[in-house]
Amino acid sequence: MRNLCTIALKEIQEGLRNRWVLATTLLLAALALALTFLGNAPTGSSIGAGRLDVLIVSLSSLTIFLIPLIALLISHDAVVGEMERGTMLLLLSYPVSRNQVLLGKFCGHVVILAFATLFGYGAAALALALTGSDIGAASWMAFLSLIWSSVLLGAVFIALGYLASTLVRERGTAAGIAIGVWLLFVLIYDMALLGLLVADQGRTIGAAGLNALLLANPTDAYRLLNFGAGGAGTLTGMSGVAGNATLAPGALSLALMLWVAVPLSLSMLAFSRKEL
Amino acid sequence: MTETVRLDGVTKSYGGIDAIRDATYSLKAGETIALVGHNGAGKTTMIKLMLGLIHPSAGAVQVLGDDPAAGQFAARRRLGYLPEHVSFNMALTGAETLAFYARLKSAPKADIARLLDHVGLTDAAGRRVGTYSKGMRQRLGLAQALLGSPAVLLLDEPTTGLDPALRQHFYDLLETMRAEGATILMSSHALTELESKVDRVIIANRGRVIADGSIEDLRRIAQLPVRVRLGFGPDGMPPQIVGTTLEWRRIGANRFEAETTSQGKLPLLREALAANGNLADVDILAPTLDELYAHFLQSKEAAE
Repeated sequence: MRNLCTIALKEIQEGLRNRWVLATTLLLAALALALTFLGNAPTGSSIGAGRLDVLIVSLSSLTIFLIPLIALLISHDAVVGEMERGTMLLLLSYPVSRNQVLLGKFCGHVVILAFATLFGYGAAALALALTGSDIGAASWMAFLSLIWSSVLLGAVFIALGYLASTLVRERGTAAGIAIGVWLLFVLIYDMALLGLLVADQGRTIGAAGLNALLLANPTDAYRLLNFGAGGAGTLTGMSGVAGNATLAPGALSLALMLWVAVPLSLSMLAFSRKEL
Repeated sequence: MTETVRLDGVTKSYGGIDAIRDATYSLKAGETIALVGHNGAGKTTMIKLMLGLIHPSAGAVQVLGDDPAAGQFAARRRLGYLPEHVSFNMALTGAETLAFYARLKSAPKADIARLLDHVGLTDAAGRRVGTYSKGMRQRLGLAQALLGSPAVLLLDEPTTGLDPALRQHFYDLLETMRAEGATILMSSHALTELESKVDRVIIANRGRVIADGSIEDLRRIAQLPVRVRLGFGPDGMPPQIVGTTLEWRRIGANRFEAETTSQGKLPLLREALAANGNLADVDILAPTLDELYAHFLQSKEAAE
């Protein structure tokens, strides 16, 4: 546990030093603030949704594109990069297990991402509150759930990045896989799913099939979790999907956690078998 | 003397090729050992086995009473390692880097400042490792290896990039640790430099240990000739009168050289002293570690 914390703290220290933390926080804050003040203008207040609810929808869409990308960027290099630079050899000669190294790094990276999300998105919510918008308690809860699920989505892609990083021998390959994973889950999967549903016309894929297909992509589980619930649901077409795909928020969160646990365990297994 | 490291019939193969074949030796406390061999002779693989970073394909490795690859880290806390190409995260400072490794090893905090001072990095401690020169990184590498006063030090090419003054200081530091009972294993190419610093030499070639012993032992086994050089005064004597069976070569004005065995050198000297009132200078050149190494390699190749 002590070793785990030591490694996590070093990862955070490095993140602070090489400006990763600063850069991601500023990027998320800038985009979130832009969405707050520009993205809100056309909807106005005529449709009766709270401004924070509108923001949650906008931020969810932003998260789906950006958080996986940031997570993969910081994670794909975690193992293979240290191997290539030779720092891993020295680290593993210390009284620390490989699982501790990987879990410590994971904790560090998740903390970095959580910090950036909390302060980046929090800045936007704070700006809304300060400009005098009326925000109900339910909206605040939905906002907290947005932050929590965004960090969870980030953790999924950090774990996926580690898996790529432990399976390959060169950094370039890991980077390639990371880009592939991003394209697949963020862009291609939904298009393919849409195409499939249109072609199928509801003949063979029932509600259960749709549920399974949505859970098979962590970004879809995340989307349902934020679009399908609360006041935000009425703002999006997703409430329709969410209505058909009968998935409780608990099941969605569980699916996301499984999406963290499985790739992380696999990467720990791959790492423990790696010959140095 | 207690045994600290033991290799017992260790073989390690990668994809069917043996990096190490049937290596057996043990290292003792208070011993400085040079591990000598070409690139690819298996030196680094042996060190990795002692660290438990890789598992032997056959045989057993024991370090400080533990199997290092079994996942028991008690022994590793008392182990210091310097990799051949040491590298650190560029973003952290020297002091932060050392503090990180000290925490992992549960080494006292006081070690950090003391070791930075030992390797002459106190002034650069607050600077990022990225700004360090190659030699400074090597020194930081040494400092981390010495954290927690290890009982076994495994140093892979430790003196590359060190300037002569620091090199001497480094050997003094090792000598202090050896006197306190540490086992110090150094792999190296710079053999001549190691000659007076090590108690024992292990020569590896293509994964096999081909020679193991003190430098004196190896000299005796190798039976390499000792070169004797005699210098004479201006009206020099012809050297034929001493050691008539020897072939004397003229190597300069009034200087002659001949090769003899290590047992033959004393009679020769006595004879030369008795016969030559004009003798001005005597040099005896014992075979260097380089020559011994070359000899063992050649005799090995010839045997195969």
